[in-house]
Amino acid sequence: MILKLAWRNIWRNKRRSLLTAGSVLFALFFALIMRSMQLGVYDNMVQNVVNISTGYIQVHGKDFWDEKTLEYSMEQTDSLEHTLLATEGVADVVPRLESFSLASTGRATKAAMILGIDAEKESRYFDFDEGLTKGQIFPDGNGILLSEGLAEYFKLDIHDTLVLIGQGYHGISANGKYHVSGILKLRSPELNKQLAFLPLREAQFLFGAQHRVTSLVVVPEDHDEFAGLTQEIRSELDTTTYEVMNWREMMPELVQAIQADSAGGLIMLFVLYLVISFGIFGTILMMTSERQYEYGILISIGMKRGKLALTVLLETFFLSVLGVIGACLLALPPVFYYHAHPINLAGEQMGNAYEEYGFEPVIPASNDPSIILTHSVIVVIITLVLALYAVWKIYRLQPVKAMHS
Amino acid sequence: MAVIETHNLERTYQDGNQVIRAVDGIDLQIQEGEFTAIVGPSGSGKTTLLNLIGGLDKPTSGEVIIAGTPIHELSDNAMIDFRLKHIGFVFQAYNLIPVLTAAENVEFIMLLQKKSKEERRQRSHQLLEAVGLGDRLTKRPGELSGGQQQRVAVARALASRPSFVLADEPTANLDSHSTANLLDIMARLNEEEHMTFVFATHDQRVIDRAKRVVTVEDGKIKSDESLDR
Repeated sequence: MILKLAWRNIWRNKRRSLLTAGSVLFALFFALIMRSMQLGVYDNMVQNVVNISTGYIQVHGKDFWDEKTLEYSMEQTDSLEHTLLATEGVADVVPRLESFSLASTGRATKAAMILGIDAEKESRYFDFDEGLTKGQIFPDGNGILLSEGLAEYFKLDIHDTLVLIGQGYHGISANGKYHVSGILKLRSPELNKQLAFLPLREAQFLFGAQHRVTSLVVVPEDHDEFAGLTQEIRSELDTTTYEVMNWREMMPELVQAIQADSAGGLIMLFVLYLVISFGIFGTILMMTSERQYEYGILISIGMKRGKLALTVLLETFFLSVLGVIGACLLALPPVFYYHAHPINLAGEQMGNAYEEYGFEPVIPASNDPSIILTHSVIVVIITLVLALYAVWKIYRLQPVKAMHS
Repeated sequence: MAVIETHNLERTYQDGNQVIRAVDGIDLQIQEGEFTAIVGPSGSGKTTLLNLIGGLDKPTSGEVIIAGTPIHELSDNAMIDFRLKHIGFVFQAYNLIPVLTAAENVEFIMLLQKKSKEERRQRSHQLLEAVGLGDRLTKRPGELSGGQQQRVAVARALASRPSFVLADEPTANLDSHSTANLLDIMARLNEEEHMTFVFATHDQRVIDRAKRVVTVEDGKIKSDESLDR
């Protein structure tokens, strides 16, 4: 009956209850949309970096990350792979050989980043093949894949030829001629201008680095557990020979940029919640003041203060939950829509700014359920904390005075 | 057996520099089954006396003993429990819970006493039948007349099977017909179930039905008459 009493009490002043629930609804709706967009952009940035650039965790030869030269590459041994695969939480290991070279056609020359990859594994774990716009990925294990920007720069199409001229392992000359087998659109604009892919064995041959790799990308079974897994792998390997880094350690600038931007968003949310808190508190003040007499009667006839306080807390809880349900119903359709169809900023001023920083110019919404859960819980907690004022009044209430008020 | 006893009961209030003696040394005993009216002009102290007897207010000095328990020694929570168990209240302004039906208002007291759903339902129906509202069980207070609401309040006061019922100006907002009806019901409950009623009132219609009239003036008992009715 306490539940029934609380539920019916909120409809005693319908207009006020609807206004209060409405204010919770709009605050939470805007919070959910804002935060989903913000976190969606961050997720996308991270995915851009993780998929083609760093992966979640990499194992390198000692000091490779600082020097980035083939001299710091490491031998691709079965024992190393076995050690990594035997570590709990590791799903697979993807080898890469990375170096720079001059790419040239008869008309132009440009520095290019050459990545030797295991295309099958890259496609399986990092959706590598998703961006293929023309041609095929290494038919018969041969050819070179160009990023779209690089192909445009050289005005190359599939079956055209590209020459690579560079330096290999131990300073040997690394020259080769390759047929373009396919063209890929990479999500990171920066990489899309300079990256070319070779089959791993072809790259090892080109750079004279047989059985060597610059990194082993570790695929975690659970992506969210990458930090703990990094530590686990560190404890398994000889850290005087190898370095183990996760994407946050490899891309600290990105982490800082996200943290700074996120802090701005959180300040906005704080202001939004503060404004709405005043509205809700106003309702609680009015409700408490209007019902002093009634509270006095209820205590007089034998209702304990704790039970009365619980009733009032339930009323506030119901009001906030009504607002939360409404906000979720309103926010979910746009969130799911913009998750599936991100806002494309290409060609816009803001999009250009994204590209300048090397990010895909899109704003997707994150459909992570924890956003809805976290903000709904925050709103409910705010209203319950505000309702403590009513609880405080109930515990201080003197029935005789209240009944004369 | 005295169900209510007060000994040298005092309640004073500070009003600026002035001390107001709302209840000034009252000694009173009310026996089980009495139908007592505490009367007096406005400001005489009758409502304060009723509040002290009901444990709604604390005496400045003296004591109130209800069914053998000195209630001024009870903690706040224990006092609320004590009221729930021993005292039924009927207030001037009915004071029903507006969002509950007549039956639910009566059941509410028993819910606080943790009675079973079936027991609550049976007793609330029985009590509302007894006050002539058997056909108004599902009506909310707003759908009932003043007289009907006060009868629901009487049923609610009796729901917990209290030792006695305190009624503060219960007829003040009622017309003659409703007053007569309500007093008939209370008198019948007093006669048939030996329920003790104590009224604070200055309504002559109530005084005329009381079996004992205690007159209070300036916080003191001026007269105490038992009437053979």
